[in-house]
Amino acid sequence: MTITAELKNVTKVYGNKTVLENASLQVSEGEILALLGPNGSGKTTILKILAFIETPTNGEVKFQGETVDFKDKNMEKPRIQSTLVFQKTVLFDTSVYNNVAYGLKIRKTPKNVLDEEVKNALKIVKLEGFEKRPARKLSGGEQQRVAIARALVLKTKLLLLDEPTANLDPKNAGILEEVIATVNREMKTTIVMATHNMFQAKILPHRIALMNEGKITEVGTPAEIFGKLSKNLARFASVDNTFPGTAKPTSAGTTLVDIGNGVQIEATGQRLGEISVFVSPQDIILSKSLLESSARNAFKGRITAISDLGSLVKLAVDVGKPFTVQITKRSFREMGLNLNSEVFIAFKASSVQVV
Amino acid sequence: MVDILGGIAKALQLIISGDPVLYGIVYRSLFFSGIAIILATLWGTPIAMLLGLKNFRGKTVVKTFFNSLIGIPTVVLGLILYLVFSNGGPLGFLGLLYTPGAIILGEAVLVTPILISIMTSAIEAVDPDIMNLAKTLGASESQASIAVLKEAINGVLLSNIASFNRAIAELGVALLVGGNIAGLTDVLTTAVSRYTARGELDLAIALGIILMVIVFLINMIVIAARKAKMLFTLWRSPQ
Repeated sequence: MTITAELKNVTKVYGNKTVLENASLQVSEGEILALLGPNGSGKTTILKILAFIETPTNGEVKFQGETVDFKDKNMEKPRIQSTLVFQKTVLFDTSVYNNVAYGLKIRKTPKNVLDEEVKNALKIVKLEGFEKRPARKLSGGEQQRVAIARALVLKTKLLLLDEPTANLDPKNAGILEEVIATVNREMKTTIVMATHNMFQAKILPHRIALMNEGKITEVGTPAEIFGKLSKNLARFASVDNTFPGTAKPTSAGTTLVDIGNGVQIEATGQRLGEISVFVSPQDIILSKSLLESSARNAFKGRITAISDLGSLVKLAVDVGKPFTVQITKRSFREMGLNLNSEVFIAFKASSVQVV
Repeated sequence: MVDILGGIAKALQLIISGDPVLYGIVYRSLFFSGIAIILATLWGTPIAMLLGLKNFRGKTVVKTFFNSLIGIPTVVLGLILYLVFSNGGPLGFLGLLYTPGAIILGEAVLVTPILISIMTSAIEAVDPDIMNLAKTLGASESQASIAVLKEAINGVLLSNIASFNRAIAELGVALLVGGNIAGLTDVLTTAVSRYTARGELDLAIALGIILMVIVFLINMIVIAARKAKMLFTLWRSPQ
């Protein structure tokens, strides 16, 4: 198997803070590798180093078999073959066309080829006919798709994605996940993506590198990582709605997981012992009074944080354990919610994923 | 009162009839200020980019220096430049005193602080990730800097327009280093002062009206362009 990029004992220090410590990692040609870990674990730093826009403090970086000299003035040479899509969508203040065409114009692509490539890239991200629209006037999800198209159009050896679906609504996130899989399968693009979405990490990548506090702690296939490391994984990866706990089978054929502070979650299937559970924020129903429903899990709590995600609102609800809930902005307004509002959350036993 | 009204009437007549003396002065004003802005932009842009994009020791001092120079009295700068350009001065050998070149250079120096200050703030206001974005899309250091400048295009234009306004409306520099020589170095402001002193009020008023119209027009174009998003189309190629 050919190695596209390689980090050997790479360290990055900002001031007196070490954000990446002795990281070694191989990226094989054609694979999707996910960097999974909490915020501040060093995922973005690795991506920026692989994009050659961040200089490592120590260690060696190899790209396509050659050691990269970060002191070289002509860093645009390796950069031509590796591109990064930032977590925060950054767009040039111009049309969608000019955004997507930027990198190709830098590469001096002839105009007729350029038009065709831009059109194709927009088709892949399902934004056909958007060429003339002002990019910054699009919705958040559409803007992130323009950013992806702008990277895809370059057909680089290495495509780096920093939390590509964070802050997106489920529809746009779904489109992007599909795009990532397609590009990897059909264009054979090697992809390294940072994510703290465990569910995404379980389906998309061929391999996962677990990260915590600037270190790569484990590398393996999703099956290996999720199979043997489940408890550790949930504990350190501080992923939204992931809780370690003790499972006990019930007589009804389900499992009751005690996650502490008097919170017990019911999940489908029969499990025993130490496990971790994950509930997708979109699967949680929020209400102002206790609903009579088929959902096996219902808890009363208070809203402790509110963050705006464009068309969606992300809420932190403390029910003894902190849950993250995503609702539409419209529902948020109509329900008249505020910090400290008393609310109920509910989700089905089948929405609980055991990892 | 009758004199003033008569003066305005005659002024309008001069403007409408296309009086060659009058329009010669207007042309020189526009030309000198225009070239001055081009010069100031040429040397001011790299400085503004350095101040807006890079961090270095003493940056605040440099920024404060340019900020305080915005308000320099034109007559003081005119005097300094007079000393520099006069025969005994360091640039006396160029023989520029009382030539259009002296006015152009003088006005370029005059507007440099305002140009740099506005352009620097505009560049600083651009999302710092634009630089990294351009680079990861394959841009070289200089191409990435140009991408940032394009994002700041509104501020860059504003800096040019504010500079042009300052240059065309100032009196001190043009008077002291230009010498107000009729038909050669007299511009709108210096000519107004001369014709007023001579009592030729109709010409003075006509020039005054034109100066006001130019300043108003420039500002209206800016507002209209912003409204029509015309500036948007200025962003074309990455080069």
